[in-house]
Amino acid sequence: MIDPRTAVINERLKNVRNVIAVSSGKGGVGKTLVASVLALNLARKGYKVGFFDLDFTSPSSHIVLDIGDQYPEEEKGIVPPQIHGLRYMSIVYYSAGKATSLRGSETSDAFIELLTAIKWGNLDFLILDMPPGIGDITLDLLRFMKNVKFLVVTTPSRLAFETVEKLLDLLRETGNSVLGVIENMQMQDSSWVRSQVEAKGFRYLGALPFDFELEQRISNIEGILMTKFSENLKKIIENLEQSV
Amino acid sequence: MHEWALAEAVVSAASEVIEKSGIKDVTTINIGIGELQQIDLEIFKFALSQLLSGRLKDTKVKIKKTRAKLKCRVCGYRWSFSKTRLDESAKEAIHFVPEIAHAFVRCPKCNSPDFEVEQGRGVWIENIVGKKRCD
Repeated sequence: MIDPRTAVINERLKNVRNVIAVSSGKGGVGKTLVASVLALNLARKGYKVGFFDLDFTSPSSHIVLDIGDQYPEEEKGIVPPQIHGLRYMSIVYYSAGKATSLRGSETSDAFIELLTAIKWGNLDFLILDMPPGIGDITLDLLRFMKNVKFLVVTTPSRLAFETVEKLLDLLRETGNSVLGVIENMQMQDSSWVRSQVEAKGFRYLGALPFDFELEQRISNIEGILMTKFSENLKKIIENLEQSV
Repeated sequence: MHEWALAEAVVSAASEVIEKSGIKDVTTINIGIGELQQIDLEIFKFALSQLLSGRLKDTKVKIKKTRAKLKCRVCGYRWSFSKTRLDESAKEAIHFVPEIAHAFVRCPKCNSPDFEVEQGRGVWIENIVGKKRCD
């Protein structure tokens, strides 16, 4: 018995120039906000950008990005709608606001199904908003999507970095490209994360100071892009553009 | 028209297997289709007929439908997906992503969303029939 779906995944992604997985391993570090604001800023720079929320059990990018009532089109597959200049896809289009309590193998099957069906078209960047953990989605990503570049998010907390460190080790062992580590929600000046990241031989991309205004700007695209969070992330993106 | 995307996957996977295994003069591709995904057979067959080309042009496609059987992981109850009442939008969502069934379907005995699809999930290739290359 052969599962035919995996045979077309590369075909579906052949016109996507860069895939960036915004990852952490740890939950609650701000992956979705970093991924969303990164995607919006790249789109504002004139790039063709796709956004794929891979958190199937607790997605939230649809709130950050205020996706409205547009739905994917069906054209010999699934064509993601254009939301604020992004080709956007999330499981929320199918879950009708209900809980999607999936086990690992089911998450994996849902991911493969969507990779098989989604027609991304020509993109300069596909931004993946990764779920917490280094389980099924991370492993499937390493298995099916070649040349993914990982953008790793941590907070200054040792509790977050404990898991981030393991993700970095996994990515090194599997020979995957890591663009670097962003320190999000920095509350005070400290070089602890920088020193840890650099000691492991990875690039420390910069810190995003805790932005008290950010929560109030969620769902307000212009408002988010005017926050200090976005301004600081923009500087990191400018450096990143050279790397990709 | 998710059927087209799946048909593309079938043709692509079959071509890959034929190439790798060296099967010559392929006569039949046997495909299994699970009830859960609610594939429109006519569209799927049409898509396959359009996509099979070159040396696979005259290949016969046989499709076998399999009923979806579900088993509750909590109480062990087994039931058929066909007995589950769902509205059209839920059916459509399950068509695109069969795992979304966990958002809409509950065990008829204990109401748990924690069930496994024992059979009849999506689309698969049962086997490919032809002559093995002699060289």
